[in-house]
Amino acid sequence: MHASLSRVYWLLIAPAVLLMLVFYIYPLVQVLWISVTDPVPGFGNYMELIDRPLIHRIWITTLRICVITTSITVIAGYAVAYAMAQVGERQRTWMMFCLLLTFWLSVLIRAFAWVMLLRTQGIVNTGLQEMGLIDEPLRLVRNEFGVIVGMVHFMLPLAVLPIYSNMTGIEARLVSAARGLGASPFEAFFNIYLPLSKPGIIAATILVFVFSLGFFITPALLGGGKVVMISEYIQVSFEETLRWGQATMLASTLLFSVLLSLALVARFVDLKKVFGAR
Amino acid sequence: MKKDPRVVFGRCMMLGLAWTVLAFLVVPMAIVVPVSFTDQYFLSLPKEGLSLQHYAAFFEKDIWISATLDSLIVAIASTICALFLGTLCAIGCWRLASNRAEMVRTFMLTPIIVPTIVQALAMYRFWIDLGIMDTYFGLILAHTLIAVPYVVVTVSSSLANFDVRLEQASRNLGGSTSQTIRWVIVPSIMPGILSGALFAFTISFDEIVVALFITSRNVYTLPKRIWDGIQDHLDPTIASIATMLIAITLALLLTELWARQRQRAKRTARIDIGGE
Repeated sequence: MHASLSRVYWLLIAPAVLLMLVFYIYPLVQVLWISVTDPVPGFGNYMELIDRPLIHRIWITTLRICVITTSITVIAGYAVAYAMAQVGERQRTWMMFCLLLTFWLSVLIRAFAWVMLLRTQGIVNTGLQEMGLIDEPLRLVRNEFGVIVGMVHFMLPLAVLPIYSNMTGIEARLVSAARGLGASPFEAFFNIYLPLSKPGIIAATILVFVFSLGFFITPALLGGGKVVMISEYIQVSFEETLRWGQATMLASTLLFSVLLSLALVARFVDLKKVFGAR
Repeated sequence: MKKDPRVVFGRCMMLGLAWTVLAFLVVPMAIVVPVSFTDQYFLSLPKEGLSLQHYAAFFEKDIWISATLDSLIVAIASTICALFLGTLCAIGCWRLASNRAEMVRTFMLTPIIVPTIVQALAMYRFWIDLGIMDTYFGLILAHTLIAVPYVVVTVSSSLANFDVRLEQASRNLGGSTSQTIRWVIVPSIMPGILSGALFAFTISFDEIVVALFITSRNVYTLPKRIWDGIQDHLDPTIASIATMLIAITLALLLTELWARQRQRAKRTARIDIGGE
């Protein structure tokens, strides 16, 4: 390409890149910087990761919720994606419609719907009581159960889409061939289809895990202060105690955990495809 | 050929499981709709009859209307900014098609992967230094940054189907860069720009975490009011807002599907004519 023309195209890119560097990357770097300088220079803030039992507990809660959410989401998402790959055009459109409606609907509204259903005087509890199935209302929110329900609900569309897009590339005749050679339907599925859909499963797993790690809204609303994940704790330690050093240290640790997970997955799948699939 | 009963059984299991999961997705949102018409003063299903009182509460109370207006102002402004920046960036990267341009495109995706709480904290600190806390400008800038990556992605995928020779033809006929972009490239990638606009708008309209950090009293968006409403006493007005948002989301989704179908139809038509 002509050199002057190429300069013109760089000029088109420049505004967006400059804006991103000045107003997004610089503030992020500032967070990393504060985490090693406030209140005193050094890695003192990071020592809290090792020293403070409270922070241990919060990280363990966060990881436990993320692992449970990711497992449930990927298994349920696989079931939906598999069905979508097998059914006819009409039914598939309906399934896709349900997924996209959920995907696009406000995350706040979805959390609201779950609080409305699951709280003590909520629709599930009053319904069960009126039917005489329970005497005392069940505790369904303000605990890990509620948080996980809400998170699985948020993450499901994110899991189905990459698994499904991988499945559309699987040669259906391979399964037929296995059946023709005498494999039972279950053998054909577990020995042929499942291994072929592994890239989609890996992509969905990491995607859901990464988004779960930094998730704030749903855990904060459905956990009701009883289940505190790392994101919410960052907000608390910043708003209530104004400890910038600790807040930025936790934020940096969270950021590094996400980047590490993504670096791991980049070895298995094309990340841009995963994000572009949205 | 007689069907293997095991296959039939497996198929039923599979469909049952898939639709159960999909029902888990859709039913909670669907229940919000009847609840919004409740005749009770608290959140519950209608008992005696239907009532529009919670819709009236939304349209009559200043706090809800002004919050909606704030959200619309911020969402529209940041959508326009994100579209402008994102489209130009995507076009530049696409035309350069070099390794460095590819790196720029990947770099522009950063806000998608950074956890929201981290970016909120970072912006809070920097916005104080700039003196743009709790201003429309500050929130619009923040939402623009968050939305730009989605515009870059949707426009780039639209550009991938655009014939580079059309751009060269425009140049050979004497078109300047701005004329070529305005009259040749932009009209052809309209579907990508439109779905980028939908992404940008919904992201800004729904954004809460950054808004919680960088605005207080002056700018009060709808998600912030909803957030307060959920945490305080589960205001039933939210059910009416939720129902309206579900209706709008349905409308937007149908528009998006329609645009995509049209794009696909166009592409098939081009293949029929040009035999690409």
